[in-house]
Amino acid sequence: MMNHVVKIKKGLDIQLEGAPALEISNSTNSQLYAIIPDDFTGLTPKVDVKPGDKVLAGSPVMHDKTLTDVVVTSPVSGEVVAVERGERRKVMKITIKPDATQQAVEFGKVSPDTMQASDLKALLLKSGTFAFIKQRPYDIIANPNTTPRDIFVTAFDSAPLAPDYAFVLKDEMHHLETGLKALARLTPGKVYVGVSKRSPIEVKNGETVVFDGPHPAGNVGVQINHISPINKGEIVWTINALDLLFIGRLLETGHVDFSRLVAVTGAEVNKPHYVRTCAGASIASITQGMVKPAHYERRYISGNVLTGFNAGADGYLGARQAQVTVIPEGNNCNEFMGWASLNPHKYSMSHSYLSWLLGKKRRYDIDARIRGGERAIIMSDEYDRVFPMDIYPEYLIKAILAFDIDKMENLGIYEVAPEDFALCEFVDTSKLELQKIVRNGLDHLMKEMN
Amino acid sequence: MKALKNYIDKIKPHFEPGGKLSMFQSVFEGFESFLFVPNTTSRSGVHIHDSIDSKRTMTVVIVALLPALLFGMYNVGYQHYLAIGELAQTSFWSVFLFGFLAVLPKIVVSYVVGLGIEFTAAQLRHHEIQEGFLVSGMLIPMIVPVDTPLWMIAVATAFAVIFAKEVFGGTGMNIFNIALVTRAFLFFAYPSKMSGDEVFVRTGDTFGLGAGQVVEGFSGATPLGQAATHTGGGALQLTDILGNTLSLHDMFLGFIPGSIGETSTLAILIGAVILLATGIASWRVMLSVFAGGIVMSLICNWFANPDIYPAAQLSPLEQICLGGFAFAAVFMATDPVTGARTNTGKYIFGFLVGVLAILIRVFNSGYPEGAMLAVLLMNAFAPLIDYFVVEANIRHRLKRAKNLTK
Repeated sequence: MMNHVVKIKKGLDIQLEGAPALEISNSTNSQLYAIIPDDFTGLTPKVDVKPGDKVLAGSPVMHDKTLTDVVVTSPVSGEVVAVERGERRKVMKITIKPDATQQAVEFGKVSPDTMQASDLKALLLKSGTFAFIKQRPYDIIANPNTTPRDIFVTAFDSAPLAPDYAFVLKDEMHHLETGLKALARLTPGKVYVGVSKRSPIEVKNGETVVFDGPHPAGNVGVQINHISPINKGEIVWTINALDLLFIGRLLETGHVDFSRLVAVTGAEVNKPHYVRTCAGASIASITQGMVKPAHYERRYISGNVLTGFNAGADGYLGARQAQVTVIPEGNNCNEFMGWASLNPHKYSMSHSYLSWLLGKKRRYDIDARIRGGERAIIMSDEYDRVFPMDIYPEYLIKAILAFDIDKMENLGIYEVAPEDFALCEFVDTSKLELQKIVRNGLDHLMKEMN
Repeated sequence: MKALKNYIDKIKPHFEPGGKLSMFQSVFEGFESFLFVPNTTSRSGVHIHDSIDSKRTMTVVIVALLPALLFGMYNVGYQHYLAIGELAQTSFWSVFLFGFLAVLPKIVVSYVVGLGIEFTAAQLRHHEIQEGFLVSGMLIPMIVPVDTPLWMIAVATAFAVIFAKEVFGGTGMNIFNIALVTRAFLFFAYPSKMSGDEVFVRTGDTFGLGAGQVVEGFSGATPLGQAATHTGGGALQLTDILGNTLSLHDMFLGFIPGSIGETSTLAILIGAVILLATGIASWRVMLSVFAGGIVMSLICNWFANPDIYPAAQLSPLEQICLGGFAFAAVFMATDPVTGARTNTGKYIFGFLVGVLAILIRVFNSGYPEGAMLAVLLMNAFAPLIDYFVVEANIRHRLKRAKNLTK
């Protein structure tokens, strides 16, 4: 059967230097592993361990305050070193020193086809793999007490320098397919798998929908909007194909395996390529020996340049991330009269700089500077050009800023996540923090509605 | 550059809160960020940003205005020397110098007054200085007659910046185009200085330059002014200030009397190319203003009684080349803040600007030029147009949800 192809026209592929070569090396041993509650948006952490406790891979380290069944488990076996807290005692991270020989909790091999759906859900919850499933509206951890209309799996990442899923999944298609079988038991609706036309994969189980076009085609929100948009009152679940591997591995082997192939990318990386490591490993262990020597500051991002987290050289790989990007910080540039520049290496989607004359293939080294002051929204049609959904992004942003609930609902707040606004934020002449605005709006709305 | 940066870093503490010059903090920051791109890096959200910012945007618009401004300066001199009958024996540069000296004080006054108010408002609110007025301040001298007294420009600019912009919250918050509010204020407050035969050609000298007597048969009426006052029926014959017949070619090139920057359709189109190539202005708006103007001109050609409405005789191309139509289409209607913001809305907004501009020209003989008023009027309706466009999206979303519950 010919798969349905959805053509995405709006969007932008920012061509950055430092794309990963299709080669794999092993990371050095990470001294510590970290579990970061902020990686599980919507989870209010109650920590189950204290420093000195022994844990196995798959042992719970924290759970949600209200949805107590949702637990996050340790990726490795070892000893809890610290529970670090920030302002107002917010849990920042839990660090674990790994054992020399790794042991994992035995959950038992099961077949997702024959198991009771409720037992299957309980197993996913207990193993900590359920915490990787998100829900829309609100783009938060899924509530296991709800039944989603459909489940959407994105099986490609279109963000700058993102890992090539066809390459990463090559030897693990069976895990993915087992995971898809499990998801099918959790919804009365369909399990959709969004794949890329540029780097296609053949997936058994699930409804495959092919997407062709620039970033953000790989965003699950864009895929949902084109396949079957979310209406008020509906809930769908979403999960990334690389996170779904955790579920597949659990069901096939009987224990958790949070190992990952991470694309180490960016202009500051020498020979960017894939590194085999594990969720929660230190950035240092992943990037060891790969970062170019330099006398200026660098930014170590867990994830991609649009939605990743500034982890720092001493930080940790986020639970959901399969990419590390290292770019120059750029805080020492002192660029003279940049607004008058005719330099074609200054990147802009608009044609107001000369970079467009060099063609679309050219790769750029962009540092972390904001390059302008914050202003009221002046330019129109800027967000729309990189927002391929049937939504007026500017009007939605304004409704969020005014916190007009009716308007937010009417304009499609339930369909979006902060990541969908990342490109808008990148191209914004007015330099507004759009992802933060959307996240705050969603959090605020959730409080209001529940 | 390094020495300059060091100097700025050295004096910076004086401007920070508690420093002895802290009352000028916004101004200082304005100049600092003008000279050096701030080294501030992103704290939340995306880690990289597009190079474009509002400084760049405004710079591009100003560059796009330059052809029309430079031509306007030359044309001021050209019309002057033509009027005193000395064009043939005056060099290109003398002609330009005359115009340059006539226009420069207007630019200076507009910027000094407007930016002065902007700087003060920014400082009072402890905001960064915003760049919007860099464009407005350039537009204002370009849309007034050359003989507008400087004090009027100062008063009108102050009125527009304070009451059309700052009270609404500054750049990006205004409902009406600032330059057009300035123009409208001038027109309604000092009508005798804004229209008629006396103001569009400078017949006196500029700083002692180009003194002379106007030649026999001189009339300073603009082509649209001639059309508006062409009573008694009969074929309309547009002439230059010496009474020679004007061809469409002359009107396109812009060697005709009119507001300083508006006469040359060619120079304005060069600006349009810059705006469209850089993507700063919306081609949707620009295109639909011209489309609206052409459609309305044709309707007037066909149906209006030329004996009562003489301007109805003008062909669509003449309508576009004369007066402020092209300037309004390229530089005024495309203002993203005061125009329609949705793509569908832009077509409607632009088209109606074009239609109204010709409608006012033809059917209101008291006001020979309609382009500027048309844009102002549509500024008021732009939010309404967008409202209906966005409402359609909302209805479509609600319908989708309703179908589901059935």
